[in-house]
Amino acid sequence: MSLQATTSQTVGPYFKIGLQWLNRDNLVGEGVSGERFTIQGRVLDGDGVPVPDAILEIWQANAHGKYDHPEDTQDKPLEPGFKGYGRVPVTAEGLFRLATIKPGPVPGPDGKEQAPHLVVSVFLRGVLRRLVTRMYFPDDARNASDPILSLVEPARRSTLIATKAAGSPGALQWNVVLQGPGETVFFDLGL
Amino acid sequence: MKRVAAYRAPYPGTQPNHLHPPYASSIKRAPTKPQVRIPYTLSEVTGPSFAPGIVAPKASDLTRQHSGEPLGERIIVSGRVLDENSRPLANTLVEIWQANAAGRYLHEVDQHKAPLDPNFTGCGQAVTDSEGRYRFVTIRPGEYPWRNHHNAWRPAHIHFSLFGPAFATRLVTQMYFPGDPLIPFDPIFNCTADEKARNRLISVFDWETTMPEHALGYRFDLILRGREATPMEE
Repeated sequence: MSLQATTSQTVGPYFKIGLQWLNRDNLVGEGVSGERFTIQGRVLDGDGVPVPDAILEIWQANAHGKYDHPEDTQDKPLEPGFKGYGRVPVTAEGLFRLATIKPGPVPGPDGKEQAPHLVVSVFLRGVLRRLVTRMYFPDDARNASDPILSLVEPARRSTLIATKAAGSPGALQWNVVLQGPGETVFFDLGL
Repeated sequence: MKRVAAYRAPYPGTQPNHLHPPYASSIKRAPTKPQVRIPYTLSEVTGPSFAPGIVAPKASDLTRQHSGEPLGERIIVSGRVLDENSRPLANTLVEIWQANAAGRYLHEVDQHKAPLDPNFTGCGQAVTDSEGRYRFVTIRPGEYPWRNHHNAWRPAHIHFSLFGPAFATRLVTQMYFPGDPLIPFDPIFNCTADEKARNRLISVFDWETTMPEHALGYRFDLILRGREATPMEE
């Protein structure tokens, strides 16, 4: 008889007290290679209103496509200045902003390569268990053959791909839409 | 290259649905479209890790973060972090946050007319030991009103956040106290359909960790998701 995983509960409105000590809105340390990006966006509720009390967590590979984790046994280099972990709350005005690099491709199911992507957890008041999604990069030809994007109906794939924002060349825009038209694709990982 | 082993799906009813109408905030925030089932890849079976030194030893004692002691009943909250295969999860980060003894959070959005305590911030961190154990010293949080429905009160609770070994094992939950009369009426507690799974969120009063002349002990074990069978070599 195995144990059962503890049931999830909402992060509630006051998570800042417990989580802000580990906020990371810049993943790029000293001497890190890769193309720099800033990602900016909002988390929008069913009325299209930006929520002021959400927090996103990011996990990604480095520019070589290597995760800083013992289970990644690929023969690719790690970089001491890059851990791949981000934690960004939205501001009272509902905006989040993250500085990172574009990860290299990592293997997917059946040895098929995945397009560069971030995996993202979204926590907020009113959401009882975390939402899991991904962010892909615009104008990357590998998106067309990505094994995970291919599982999403074509009309909804754009919710997972950031768009170029005005301003600096590395500025990206990506919103998380909780409900309604343009609802972001969330993945079922069982939790 | 090894094929990655999946994490187990939860037993039916043991995790909340996104929409739980008695919890009013879920109505405009729960996704409405079905989630897309995807296979596990290297992206989901890896995850962040933190050097044990990231947490100061005093970070697990919430009663000693200021010049004086906080008001309220001192308690010890401890337990083990295991996976579904009963394996202890060592070196995993546990983060907690909570209201003070008067039921007030040190947060600008909390406008409940109860006093803040200058000697209590309400946040702590610990890293599990080689057997998956963690231990916090804190004060018992107060119950507090919220605006979900008429005369709504949250039972006393402590928020928990855990990473485990992978992106897939991330867990945020809440711990409750045995005998709290508000528990059966709480829409957040009740969001999980399976009664036994819900009740595992209630800590257990524990003589073994209760310290004479000092503090009552409560035990709260946390179970993170476990792996399916070992993958085959390709």
